[in-house]
Amino acid sequence: MKKMIKAFAIALLLPVTAFAAGGGATYPHDGMSADHGNKSSLQRGARNFVNYCMGCHGASYMRYNRLAADLGIPEDLAVDNLIFRVNEKGEREKVGSLMRTSMTPDYGKQVFGVTPPDLSLIARSRGVDWLYNYLRGFHQDESRPLGFDNSVFKGVGMPHVLWELEGVKKAVYDEAGTHVVGFETVTEGKLSKMEYDSFVYDLVNFLDYLGEPYKADRQRVGVYILIFLFLFGIVAYALKAEYWRDVK
Amino acid sequence: MSQQNGIMGWINDRFPLTETLEYHVTRYYAPKNFNFWYYFGILSSVVLVMQIVTGIVLTMNYKPDGFHNVNGIPGAFASVEYIMREVDWGWFVRYMHSTGASAFFVVVYLHMLRGLMYGSYKKPRELIWIFGMLIYLCLMAEAFMGYLLPWGQMSFWGAQVIVNLFNTIPFVGEALSVWVRGDYVISDATLNRFFAFHVIALPLVLIGLVVFHLVALHHVGSNNPDGVDIKKHKDANGIPLDGIEFHPYYTVKDTFGVVVFLAVFFAVVSFAPEMGGYFLEHANFVPADPLKTPEHIAPVWYFTPFYAMLRATPPMFGSAFPGVIVMFGAIAVLFFLPWLDRNETRSIRYRSKAFKIWLWLFVVSFVILGYYGIQAPSTFGTIMSRICTLIYFGYFVAIWFISGNEKTQPVPDRVTYK
Amino acid sequence: MSDLNQRGSIDQSALDVNRRRFLTNTAIVVGGVGVVGLVVPFASTMAPSARARAAGAPVEVDISKLEPGQKVTVEWRGKPVWIVRRTEQSLADLPSLDGILADPNSDMAQQPAYAQNATRAVKDEYMVLVGVCTHLGCSPTFRPELAPDDLGADWKGGFFCPCHGSKFDIAGRVYAGVPAPTNLVVPPHRYASDTVVVIGEDPEVA
Repeated sequence: MKKMIKAFAIALLLPVTAFAAGGGATYPHDGMSADHGNKSSLQRGARNFVNYCMGCHGASYMRYNRLAADLGIPEDLAVDNLIFRVNEKGEREKVGSLMRTSMTPDYGKQVFGVTPPDLSLIARSRGVDWLYNYLRGFHQDESRPLGFDNSVFKGVGMPHVLWELEGVKKAVYDEAGTHVVGFETVTEGKLSKMEYDSFVYDLVNFLDYLGEPYKADRQRVGVYILIFLFLFGIVAYALKAEYWRDVK
Repeated sequence: MSQQNGIMGWINDRFPLTETLEYHVTRYYAPKNFNFWYYFGILSSVVLVMQIVTGIVLTMNYKPDGFHNVNGIPGAFASVEYIMREVDWGWFVRYMHSTGASAFFVVVYLHMLRGLMYGSYKKPRELIWIFGMLIYLCLMAEAFMGYLLPWGQMSFWGAQVIVNLFNTIPFVGEALSVWVRGDYVISDATLNRFFAFHVIALPLVLIGLVVFHLVALHHVGSNNPDGVDIKKHKDANGIPLDGIEFHPYYTVKDTFGVVVFLAVFFAVVSFAPEMGGYFLEHANFVPADPLKTPEHIAPVWYFTPFYAMLRATPPMFGSAFPGVIVMFGAIAVLFFLPWLDRNETRSIRYRSKAFKIWLWLFVVSFVILGYYGIQAPSTFGTIMSRICTLIYFGYFVAIWFISGNEKTQPVPDRVTYK
Repeated sequence: MSDLNQRGSIDQSALDVNRRRFLTNTAIVVGGVGVVGLVVPFASTMAPSARARAAGAPVEVDISKLEPGQKVTVEWRGKPVWIVRRTEQSLADLPSLDGILADPNSDMAQQPAYAQNATRAVKDEYMVLVGVCTHLGCSPTFRPELAPDDLGADWKGGFFCPCHGSKFDIAGRVYAGVPAPTNLVVPPHRYASDTVVVIGEDPEVA
């Protein structure tokens, strides 16, 4: 019977190891870790986001003034450099407004076939690694309507908005011709590979912040709570020990 | 009670306050040998209170609205993000509530395992067990309906799959599932009725059942790790020799246990509220879209053992209904445990080796089922799930036969302590 | 606690009462701190949210097209705010009403300090008021005409609340003997330029 239990334990672990050995089918397959403490990266990411993404994608759970406060951007600078949208009344959006896109959902659907998704939570549903690879995975593909495909997201509907910065690259396939295993440069972009990677890093770092702007808060609060509970735990234990001296 | 003066006396003449407190707390004699496993009852009530309090706060800002707002986002989904971002401390309350849901099942599963180990379901505690099982059922309904409310992809498709189980019921299934949803798909109507059940109907039932659970417990007295009856030996004043007052002895002990639990709980809330996608699933950060199924649908972890059984059962006679029967049967069979286990020895400490092995097989198979319920379907997973489903049900068959003529060790007269 | 020293498995014959009392009190105090620490965030969820704060942000109003004797109403924090451009005549009439008003000198704090003057205004010409009656919250009507039939021959223009008949002069000062107890509220406001007034912000201190 004990052998059976052992067999079960092994059976439980087996798929875990199998999973660890496999995986990693797409290229590029790099990881990145977000850093909400790196304010200058977040500021650059915010600039990149409003300039390159917000034409089509909204961040409609976020307010400009919160962004400015969290990232340490003075409000007047934020108004001048981050707010481009004109609202329904024909005025420029206020600093307390939500960061909505200028594109209406219906228009997006007409042009791209799908409404470009709101990006407030994209880092929470996709994860930063996926985004980091996705934004570096666009490659030339004449068969696609927009001339580009993506090695991480096959048949992508989004055009390669950043092609001027990154340049144009061609996919190198494996022997079977199905999986992308590398890229070849076709046209140089305005940025070098390293500069482009760091551009994307800042952008994805910002998207991660956008997904959970209160992350720093919860971690800070968590430390206080745990310190308190540790102290209370000592008192509670001493109290318990004192009363339980009665129990014979 | 002797004659009292002052406010307490005035109240006691009109309401049995002191009497009730003494009966349930200050003169409730509990066995002195409670171990680690006896924390999970009080922890369940701590989580219950926490869920109710955080739930009330969330209700103040949540809107059960399945229609899209000007930004093309469903109102319910947007209102959850509104709570997380725009309401002061909203993220804290919401993470407490979402983590609390998982914490509830953690402590309840451990509490139930305690009952299995020490035979707490046996005579005279059958009704405590039945009330407990009803609490568990109610909790599952509560969690299932609550999970629809954020109106993300997993909320929507999870509810879609589970409500469609009704479809498999012969003859009336189709009509029944349409009635449950109030629409032909999960929709705003479904969201609103689930909201009503989640925030008022089920919590009322739950609280009532918890009261019954405790009243029944205090009527017959607590079991203990030795499974001996402490009421058999009393001192001159009629107090059980192995008993100690719940208050202050167990209140101070439980306070310490609650602090330890809260430390773990708030560590999760503060540092890993998604718990790697097990407490908050990644796909649930995408608003519900009736036209697009996520690549992989899995229920939240606490349902996955039963979900694995559902998937492991092959369709019979062109119907998936057997799987549904197996899934609900797995819960139903637990109700009969007090009568399936015929042995009078309660605690696992004094039971036969066969019983011990079967209990641990049961627990391990439950965990393995939980694991495969999370994974995408695979041949190996299906085989494992089938084996474990058989073991799960096998436990109840085995226990009937084992307990009929079991070689148990002698149970001590008094509890073992220190 | 029981009066028995020995009961069940309890033996309290060696009890150190002081030590026990100290530990109990310490636990209650520390636990109490924890409860307060938890109540504060829960209570603060009920404060105005970021959305409410954004909706209640200061409002800019262009008053360049406002003619003497006219009123414009804007919304600030969900309440009507009036801006009245007063005529020379109505400004000149203000002191003559002092005798029949409840608080002619605006002694009560119904206005920011910079509007506590004879005209209750930053610029005499422009009267800025929250259009909510200080009695029970109705919005009074603007009655600029002189001596109408229903308000009597002494009426020099002002505001009349239709709910309970409270009367206010053109500076929002309440008449004596009407239900409303205090003058209408002057909200914080400042002039961003000669023609733009910002409701909800105090003037920048030079």
